[in-house]
Amino acid sequence: MPKNLVVVSAAIVSLFATPFALADTAAARAKALEAVKRDFNPRGQASLDRLAEDMVQLICNRTANNPSPENTKRLEAKQLALVKYPADGKLMGDWKKGETLAQSGRGFTWTDGAGGAVGGSCYNCHQIGPNEQAFGTVGPSLLGYGKLRGNSPEIQRYTYAKIYNAKAFSACSDMPRFGHVGALKPEQIVDLVALLLDPASPVNK
Amino acid sequence: MRTLHAIGACGAVAALSLTSGAFAQADSIDHAKADAEFAKFRAEMEASNPAELNEMKGEGLWNAKRGPKNASLAETCDLGLGIGKVEGAYVASPRYYPDADKVMDMERRIVWCMVEKQGFKFEDIARKPFQGPNDANAPEITDLVTFVAGQSRNMKFAVPMKEPKVKEAWAIGKEIASFRAGPFDFSCNTCHGTDGKRIRMQNLPNLARPEGAIRGVLGWPGYRMTGGVMLTSQWRMNDCFRQQRFPEPKYVSDTITYLLTYMTGTANGQLYKGPGIKR
Amino acid sequence: MADPMKIRAQIKGDVCDIRVLMSHPMETGQRKDADGKTIPAHFIQTLTVALNGKTVVSGQTAAAVSRNPVFGFKVRGAKPGDKVTVSWTDNRGAKRSDETTVA
Repeated sequence: MPKNLVVVSAAIVSLFATPFALADTAAARAKALEAVKRDFNPRGQASLDRLAEDMVQLICNRTANNPSPENTKRLEAKQLALVKYPADGKLMGDWKKGETLAQSGRGFTWTDGAGGAVGGSCYNCHQIGPNEQAFGTVGPSLLGYGKLRGNSPEIQRYTYAKIYNAKAFSACSDMPRFGHVGALKPEQIVDLVALLLDPASPVNK
Repeated sequence: MRTLHAIGACGAVAALSLTSGAFAQADSIDHAKADAEFAKFRAEMEASNPAELNEMKGEGLWNAKRGPKNASLAETCDLGLGIGKVEGAYVASPRYYPDADKVMDMERRIVWCMVEKQGFKFEDIARKPFQGPNDANAPEITDLVTFVAGQSRNMKFAVPMKEPKVKEAWAIGKEIASFRAGPFDFSCNTCHGTDGKRIRMQNLPNLARPEGAIRGVLGWPGYRMTGGVMLTSQWRMNDCFRQQRFPEPKYVSDTITYLLTYMTGTANGQLYKGPGIKR
Repeated sequence: MADPMKIRAQIKGDVCDIRVLMSHPMETGQRKDADGKTIPAHFIQTLTVALNGKTVVSGQTAAAVSRNPVFGFKVRGAKPGDKVTVSWTDNRGAKRSDETTVA
């Protein structure tokens, strides 16, 4: 009991110690959530349930993408546990198919057909193969990714899981959870793994 | 762009240059060079931006008696600086309008006037508020916004940030910009919250800073040469949410006003060059 | 009726710089609408510029020109106050003529 009391009083102290700016931020955030709940219409495949935050989004949204170390660990472990690997256990597919997939940024918008193909959108944010110069810089360069890391089973497993669910390794990563949300199927993700890890892939030339 | 030379009558020499909306995508790997080339083209086009045609139409609409109430906006609509006053109104919006008890961005305010003063039905305006790629003409509301925006050409943004409701709208907009949701966990800030990033070839402004925010609001409303369509910042916000994989934001909703207040307020003090021209 | 043009004519050095913005859909006849139906061709076919009533430019345009086209001409021998008239006709027989004075 005394321990709980200490926690409560600490919470009260921190409440009073909160600068006004922070209280304003909390009020603005509450009103922002209200506005978002009110101001959208479903269109095409983009239904309103897309606005409901899942645990990752909720925690990242409430902590400016910076949860406590404890919560970060917990979130990452939960996300990692949700990764599904291909049934045959093979994690390296066809790098050429991976390149095509990495190029496509289609899918999931209200102008894309429901159930239509979703691309990997990889080049939107990453440098990958040496022949594509129109690459984004939101994420790190992946040129030479496999050359640098090799393609041991551990690296394959990590790379697969990272694409499947980036939040398994960085709780509030900017990167989508391609496998987790069903954008990419396991047999597509293995092609992206090959693009990054296959010694024959131009990424590693 | 191609140029053909013709000898006219009375000894006058005329050079005729045609500008086509379809031009080859840059295949150069030099991003800076490609940007510089387009900047040159844009400078050439700014002197004859087709947006001026929308401004002309918008001016006609602004002055005409229209709608079930047969009233003109020029005689009834207060954009914030007094009834009928359009000069400088665009750069001073979004702002708080006591008669509506709302903070509104310019497009929303004009829609409000069309409904309240002219008697138009909101649903009729909101049914198709943006020019589609196959539409020969922009909606009337787009022409009106473009006209009003043109009346703030070469003025500095002056959103009344001291007004508490505007300040609050700015703060809410800032929070909406960081709200992550949807299948890809994207927020506005996923792409527009840090400096010096790119999606493919497209440079991404950081909306949190004045120099980034100005890039988000400058050039809107804008004439997009691809397809030859005139589009407003309401459209721009709509398309951002589309790419964010969100559902569709309601036309002239609070959410859009808040985001525009956040961006324009952050850009305050910087020069607005008038309706823009885009790729 | 067709929408008005926007014409600007300014003396720059010893030439007159004429800029014309035309409001026209300029449909190529090769595009399809959302229902997959071909959008019929609709484009400006002839174009003339006259200075004080005398034709100084006479040209033909085709469907390859963009929507809401911009034309620029440089004319020698014009003075401030001269009248510039620009006219076009399209493939459906619509016409439009607008004028301005040289500044």
